[in-house]
Amino acid sequence: MILSLNKDTIHVLKEQDVVFLKNRVKETAVKIKMGLVNQTRLLTACSELVRNMMRYADGGVCIVEVVSSGRNNGVRLTFSDRGPGIPDIAAAMRDGFSTGKSLGLGLPGTKRLVNEFDIKSKVGEGTVVTILKWANG
Amino acid sequence: MDKIPILRMGAFLLVTIQVDLYDRLALNLEADLVQMVNKTNAKGVLIDISAVSIVDSFMGRIIGNIASMSKILDAETVVVGMQPAVAITLIELGLPLKGVHTSLDMEKGMNLLKSMIDETEEDADEDQTADDFIAE
Repeated sequence: MILSLNKDTIHVLKEQDVVFLKNRVKETAVKIKMGLVNQTRLLTACSELVRNMMRYADGGVCIVEVVSSGRNNGVRLTFSDRGPGIPDIAAAMRDGFSTGKSLGLGLPGTKRLVNEFDIKSKVGEGTVVTILKWANG
Repeated sequence: MDKIPILRMGAFLLVTIQVDLYDRLALNLEADLVQMVNKTNAKGVLIDISAVSIVDSFMGRIIGNIASMSKILDAETVVVGMQPAVAITLIELGLPLKGVHTSLDMEKGMNLLKSMIDETEEDADEDQTADDFIAE
């Protein structure tokens, strides 16, 4: 069972908000004593997802949570936007697929960096991406 | 507006990134650096990323772009001082930074650049002697 201990909602609409969000995620990761490599993985994943949100949906909301399961603590990030949505999630999760002019590594790469990854999207309504990184794992 | 300074040292350009890059800053650096390579006729570019704690796919692409753009302007690029955690993340992300030379620190990077430039100059010399020989 995963318990949520602490919840923070951050609106990301401008480029300055991105810096603020990254700092908050870093603080949260340090607070639960996440190792440096895992911190870097989590922050990189966060950076990818927040960029997607800014580029394709003009911003959105990120919920930063401290979660706990047994003796293990972790950070869960939920990115939700009201953008155009992703018509083909399977394609978007493939390496090298991009509808923008990017490398197409964002979503599949993010999945490799975190412990749990979930994406839900509806065309015309928006996208919700949830990632979870345990402090040790 | 923030700007990352580009220093000239002989035939090399030195860039030390002291802040965490955000997208626009990285794009500006790319444009400035390519301009500087052209303007100063630099033979090598040394980018120090020892203070950068996150390199995501966008930053990775910019670094790759800088290396390829400099290459076609006849300058070699060496990235120095990458943190171990950043290297781990880059590979897991699926971004091996092919075509970018790296060194552990500034000194090794400088030596690598010098050796690369010497090599190309030697090649040029050899070509010339061969041409001379044919001319004779």
